[in-house]
Amino acid sequence: MNLTEKYNLGVVKWFTIMASVYLVVGTLLGVYIASELAFPFLNDLGTDLPYFQFGRLRPLHTNAVIFAFGGSALMASAFYIVQRTNQTSLWSNKMAWFTFWSWNIVIVLAVITLPLGLTQSKEYAELEWPIDILMTLSWATYLYNFIMTIHIRDRNKVPHVYVANWFFLGMMVMVTYLHVVNNLSIPVSAFKSYSIFSGVQDAMIQWWWGHNAVGFFLTAGFLGIMYYFVPKQAQRPIYSYRLSVIHFWALMFGYVWLGAHHLQYTALPDWAGSLGATISLAMIIPSWGGALNGILTLSGTWDRLREDYILRFLIMSLAFYAMSTFEGPVMAAKTVNALSHYTDWTIGHVHSGALGWNIMVAAGAMYHMIEKIYNVKMSQKLLGIHFWVHTIGTVVYIVAMWVSGIMQGLMWRAYDEYGTLAYTFAESVSAMHPYYVMRAAGGALVLIGAIIMLINIVTTIRRSGAGQTANA
Amino acid sequence: MANKNVKESLQVKLEKNIFGMYLFMALSLSLAGIVEIVPLFTNPEAVKDEVIAADGSIKSLLWLRSEGQALSDWKYGDGVRPLTALELAGRDIYQREGCYLCHSQMIRPFRDEKERYGHFSLAVESKYDHPFQWGSKRTGPDLARVGGKYSDEWHILHLRHPQAVVPESVMPKYRFLESALVDGETIATHMSGLSKVGVSYTQADIAQAPASVEGKNEMDAMVAYLQSLGNMIKFEDGVTYRE
Repeated sequence: MNLTEKYNLGVVKWFTIMASVYLVVGTLLGVYIASELAFPFLNDLGTDLPYFQFGRLRPLHTNAVIFAFGGSALMASAFYIVQRTNQTSLWSNKMAWFTFWSWNIVIVLAVITLPLGLTQSKEYAELEWPIDILMTLSWATYLYNFIMTIHIRDRNKVPHVYVANWFFLGMMVMVTYLHVVNNLSIPVSAFKSYSIFSGVQDAMIQWWWGHNAVGFFLTAGFLGIMYYFVPKQAQRPIYSYRLSVIHFWALMFGYVWLGAHHLQYTALPDWAGSLGATISLAMIIPSWGGALNGILTLSGTWDRLREDYILRFLIMSLAFYAMSTFEGPVMAAKTVNALSHYTDWTIGHVHSGALGWNIMVAAGAMYHMIEKIYNVKMSQKLLGIHFWVHTIGTVVYIVAMWVSGIMQGLMWRAYDEYGTLAYTFAESVSAMHPYYVMRAAGGALVLIGAIIMLINIVTTIRRSGAGQTANA
Repeated sequence: MANKNVKESLQVKLEKNIFGMYLFMALSLSLAGIVEIVPLFTNPEAVKDEVIAADGSIKSLLWLRSEGQALSDWKYGDGVRPLTALELAGRDIYQREGCYLCHSQMIRPFRDEKERYGHFSLAVESKYDHPFQWGSKRTGPDLARVGGKYSDEWHILHLRHPQAVVPESVMPKYRFLESALVDGETIATHMSGLSKVGVSYTQADIAQAPASVEGKNEMDAMVAYLQSLGNMIKFEDGVTYRE
């Protein structure tokens, strides 16, 4: 039976297409601001205009990759998975289209307001209060539609809800908590507000949000993607059901504590930072359990990696997931954090997750969905090029940030033989130059990969002759 | 159907009942936030605002303002106070330009940070900061105690063209601040908003705001804000500021 007749896939298609467009936009912004740090004259585009400066564009980069690309990829895959695994069409196709349009309007508003400097100045929560309200509405319809679609399934055919759905639902619930609490603010004009929290409380709430935006939006949700698409693409059941249950509940309970590790040695009470660090260390166990659960799904069918590029994306993403979830606990340990905090190492860590894990697992899922929905093969040649360009770009990026981050940390704390600070701050800035150039080059490779992906998706859809049904 | 004699585990029940699973998740996900955040509001030690001075007396770290005193009556060493209208205008610009993305305002209790930036930061010093500006990255140096470290003239030259003062700098140029005037009415509205969430502005402070920023441009505001950072408390030897 034709998938497009049985399920509501129009909204899935468009979220997938928009995700690949936003990936190009988001990585382009990333390459630009990375280049600004290497070559500061790029801040001066159009003399005396602030709109292209680092401080204005950096929030746009993070919002574009997290919410525009990541959000669209999550919405496409959640709407796809919930229908396939529960064998029912969406509870409300109309509501799904509302989610689509409202989410895209949020993104358009972000593109307008952030370069204008309209910001709450809370990282990854920069968008001002009217946009936050629209975002909440959009998110609420996403959650409601998702849970109702599960609810209306035929319980005789599908008695158990599949694990991928749990991860998505956990992400939706937690992101609702985080977004609402962290954005509580008092508006003073249409596009200016002040957080109702201040100082140490605001810091804790911000990093409770900040780390869980990573832990839920970019981890739990993307694990939902992993738990469906890895077994599907490998044509094998998930390696261990028990492991997925443990992985899931450990994440739902444990991940939420980690935010405090962003504030070690600050004015936050010590107990909170230490608690965050301790649970961060423990989180390596479920994270690696989950990564292994995905990778070992290939047991007995490893040879498929030789020809299946989509599977390669998915498995490579799990390797990066395992690496970042090892690196994270290490950086949360107090002695390491004393060195790594405030340095580029943090930026490198985030990108090993974002480029290595998120983009790769999402790319695998998006390619898989396009092939299924349009019943056509992607260009294998372009898939192969994307895979290698992206992998090399990611490694170059991460290595550059490891070197620069650790070097910064060591230079700041270095003493000479007279017992005085060995380097001025400015000396540490100029020492970063080669690594900032290298980082921009790594990012440029990722951007090239994203462009190849967009071309591959668009040409595949055209080739399928189903371009006209894309509006379905 | 499964054998009715076999007792279903809770996990299996939840897998069949999505609303049950939703409730368990909602509960499990809320725990950490409650444990880590609530005590910061309920325990006064989290934002300690009193210390025992060297002579044994209890000293407030907050400015204890008497009736009728204006913000301009504050003297160095009086303790943490709300920002003046001009300084607040500067802080708005600091937020708008995303300065917090490259500059932290949180000095950690390490020897090298003390020598580079000054005394470690106290929670009470950001008591009036909505939102906090501690930052997470030092592409440029920490600014928690930059106030009084350089002259106003240095700051203006530096903001206009950072590389003219610090050749290695990668900071953007902020000449455009000089061509925009600070709007007094806007600042008064902002102060009144902040007073609703706990910043101790008086009606008189708000009323005087427009006059106090008359004719000032955004560069003046920015410099005033930078000069206010970190020198509200006069740190004394022999006093324990944090256990």
